Amino acid sequence: MKQIKRWVRTYSLFILFASILFFLIEWLVKKEMIPAFIIPAPTSVIAMIIENWKPLIFEHLSATMLEFSIGFLISVIGGILLAVWMFFSKTMEKIVYPAVLVSQMMPIIALSPIFVLWFGYTIWSKVAVTVFISFFPIVVGAYDGLKSGDKDYIELLRSMGATRWHTFIKLNIPMALPSFFSGLKLATVYALVGATIGEWLGASEGLGYYSRRMSGNLNAEGVFAAITILTIVGILLFAFISAIEKKALFWKKY
Amino acid sequence: MTLVLKNVSYSFSNKGNENNKVISHLTMQVNQGEFVSLIGKSGTGKSTILKLITGLLKQDEGEILVNGKCVSLGDVGYMPQRDLLLPWRSIIDNIMIASEFQKELKITREEARKWLTRVGLKEYENAFPNQLSGGMRQRAAFLRALLTDKDLLLLDEPFGALDALTKKEMQAWLLSLWQELNKTIVFITHDLEEACFLSDRILLLQPNKIIEEIKVDLPRPRMPKLFHSIELVKMRCELENRITNETD
Repeated sequence: MKQIKRWVRTYSLFILFASILFFLIEWLVKKEMIPAFIIPAPTSVIAMIIENWKPLIFEHLSATMLEFSIGFLISVIGGILLAVWMFFSKTMEKIVYPAVLVSQMMPIIALSPIFVLWFGYTIWSKVAVTVFISFFPIVVGAYDGLKSGDKDYIELLRSMGATRWHTFIKLNIPMALPSFFSGLKLATVYALVGATIGEWLGASEGLGYYSRRMSGNLNAEGVFAAITILTIVGILLFAFISAIEKKALFWKKY
Repeated sequence: MTLVLKNVSYSFSNKGNENNKVISHLTMQVNQGEFVSLIGKSGTGKSTILKLITGLLKQDEGEILVNGKCVSLGDVGYMPQRDLLLPWRSIIDNIMIASEFQKELKITREEARKWLTRVGLKEYENAFPNQLSGGMRQRAAFLRALLTDKDLLLLDEPFGALDALTKKEMQAWLLSLWQELNKTIVFITHDLEEACFLSDRILLLQPNKIIEEIKVDLPRPRMPKLFHSIELVKMRCELENRITNETD
């Protein structure tokens, strides 16, 4: 009950704003002040989703989620391993850290056709884009977090006979978690965007593919239907990671 | 337990250069059950001496022996100025942490609980460090050093960050505990009164690397009212003069 109250207090203004926008657009479109192919009426977007919910959810959303899940998993596992490796090896850090940075400077849209060239129109070209775009915040979050270990704490544990492995497990990892979770939250959102971009470039299913096909047909309702679903999924994923973060960092509330 | 430092030198950079030495040809001894304070201005190497004794730093020359054996990491109990309790561990898990690194150290939760009761932290066994006051945190940090089960405890300005009243309480508390435990304590402080009140001997580190020894022959057991006694005030003034005279 208390939580609901707090939730309402935090988001009530936003919800009010969104509702006003919803009805304003609805009214403008119905009065034909905005043509429906520029911005569709929110109610017709909802109608579109309800009408096509089966293919939207079971065909397109499930395809996008599969790409997202594989890509995100690779990013998380690979990103953590790389961050740990950099943490233990100065040489690795000097090689990899700049490389990871440079990879982020490359315009992903321009690079993506290369992935299609390498992986064809299989799921792997979309996974590649997803990994490429979500890898960075995980590596940086995990690595910076590991680096943030306070020297005084490490000295204290070493004075008790702790080995480097001990301090890594009992100190560096817990201390890295806040920064790691910040990176992870960004990465979930990025990964979803990555999967969608991947589908734009060539796919036969998925919400990115669907929105592109609808846009080709000047079906604005279809485009917005896909966007709406992607947004809701993004919010849910973000909330899910935030909930895990809250559990893992329970001591922060004290 | 005796602690012996023989002709110990240490410098942070430019090893071997006499001018860079933080500690130069230091020789001192601390006997079983003794309470010895190190005082001196900032930069005279007090904390460095403690870190050398813990084994966190390695001396450039000389020997550091605990019970005749060269000291290494894990041989002594160390308590730094910041309490450094891990915020994600409950108090009891914090004070028992050393037993996770040292296999021969067998401390049961039951024993740890007894200790918490003894220092008045019984209700805080499962609390987290941020829920405790400064004085309580210092007591927990002291227990953590104590439960390393070493005869020699090194305390680096443990009460430096506490308010005056809590500090007085903690000093009396530490003294009563020490008298029961037969531990040897090396204590760093900037507070001259504190040094006089607690110690058997005070070692005054001068910037010119000379060490002066002052014996504190105030009778034990010492009670907080001693702070107002003429002997202690006199001794405090003398110490202050010695510190300032040397630098003028």
